[in-house]
Amino acid sequence: MATPVAAPLSGLDRFLDTFFNPTVIVRYLPDLASGTLVTIGIGAATIVAGIALGLFLACLRVRRIRLFDLLIVAWADVGRALPPLVVILIFYFGLPSVGIRLSGPMVLFLVLSGTLSAFAEEIFWAGFTAIDKGQWEAGRATGLGFTTTLLHIALPQAVRLALPPLVNRALAITKMTALGSVIGVSEILSAATTAQSFSASATPLTMAAIAYLIVFLPFVVLARLLERRFAWKKA
Amino acid sequence: MQTVLDQFLNFEIMAKALPLLMAGLLVSAELCAAVIPLGLVGGLLLALATLSKRRAIAWPSLVFVEIFRALPPLVLLIFVYSGLPFAGVRLTPFAAVVIAFMLNNSAYFAEVYRAGIQSIGRGQWEAARSTGLSQVQTLAWVVLPQAVRNVLPDLLSNTIEVVKLTSIASVVSLGELLYAAGMARSLTYNASPLVLAATIYLVLLWPLVRLVGRFQRRLAA
Repeated sequence: MATPVAAPLSGLDRFLDTFFNPTVIVRYLPDLASGTLVTIGIGAATIVAGIALGLFLACLRVRRIRLFDLLIVAWADVGRALPPLVVILIFYFGLPSVGIRLSGPMVLFLVLSGTLSAFAEEIFWAGFTAIDKGQWEAGRATGLGFTTTLLHIALPQAVRLALPPLVNRALAITKMTALGSVIGVSEILSAATTAQSFSASATPLTMAAIAYLIVFLPFVVLARLLERRFAWKKA
Repeated sequence: MQTVLDQFLNFEIMAKALPLLMAGLLVSAELCAAVIPLGLVGGLLLALATLSKRRAIAWPSLVFVEIFRALPPLVLLIFVYSGLPFAGVRLTPFAAVVIAFMLNNSAYFAEVYRAGIQSIGRGQWEAARSTGLSQVQTLAWVVLPQAVRNVLPDLLSNTIEVVKLTSIASVVSLGELLYAAGMARSLTYNASPLVLAATIYLVLLWPLVRLVGRFQRRLAA
């Protein structure tokens, strides 16, 4: 009597088995979920710190103090010209030998928020310079102080101009949390590559892609809606 | 202070690492020569597809753009490089980087072109069509030249991002600039080669960053 032979896997079955293996999904779901939380945590901290620092630098630049101007412009230029991965490696591998020992997540947070602050500063500054000089003069003429004019008249208008590019840039930089996998931060990608080598399956990588889509797709769509709303109308 | 200098600005080590880094820079340049034109062309085609009047073309293209703007490039790269072999597709690091960048860059460039094309008023289309130009001629000779001019700063700043992004190719052991610097670092236990790589990126990209700023100011004026 012939023993029943397992039917050969069809093309689709093999594809599903490779990239959507249910056993692997169930086994590694907790790892990927905790990786997702790490990504969200570092991403959120990066956005808050990067935008706050960028806004602060742009406000400082409005005062037009020569030395500060120079330093801020240098910071913004360097931050926009350097690939974050290079700086991450310098911090992670270089600093310990001079006695500064930072954890992987800390290095990732510092470098990404620094990078974001460089872009945010330029975006806010562009917003400030787009505001008519008369707005400042009117604010000052009605007896408002410099800071009050800045906060209540210039800033709201600058933020409106800055919002769409800022959301896009914040998104692009927050996605770079994936670079953390290079220095052992247990975020989504790192959890997935570890799971991939243990399970000898591509499924964890699919799970990682899906996790990123769940986290970032809403913001990509939000960025598009903002852009459409604040679109520069041209006849 | 001396230890800091020794660790980060050790000129002796930098001089030794320089030939290695120059070889890496050459690979970076080759990579840019492949991925930038592909991104520029792929992005344009994708932008036209998202603006198509046929929904069956426009919607899937838009979904494609959104998905690849949401996925980190490194995740794409790892997926292509270490995921596809499970499906029997084995690629060299260079090919994997080109494919991953192609997907990511065309989505980003498509958004830039889209904004540019949408900044051109309908009247331009109608005027060109009424002078007897075909749809394609109108696009190529009337709309695109103006559209590209309007978004030139964004095209340039996106290109800078692509150049910076080639550094992630080091993760799949493609011997570009950062990979070479990382190698030199692990051989010497010294961060100076990485600082040298950072300096090279800075020297090459800083003028372009300045140029983008100048373009933006000129367009705003």
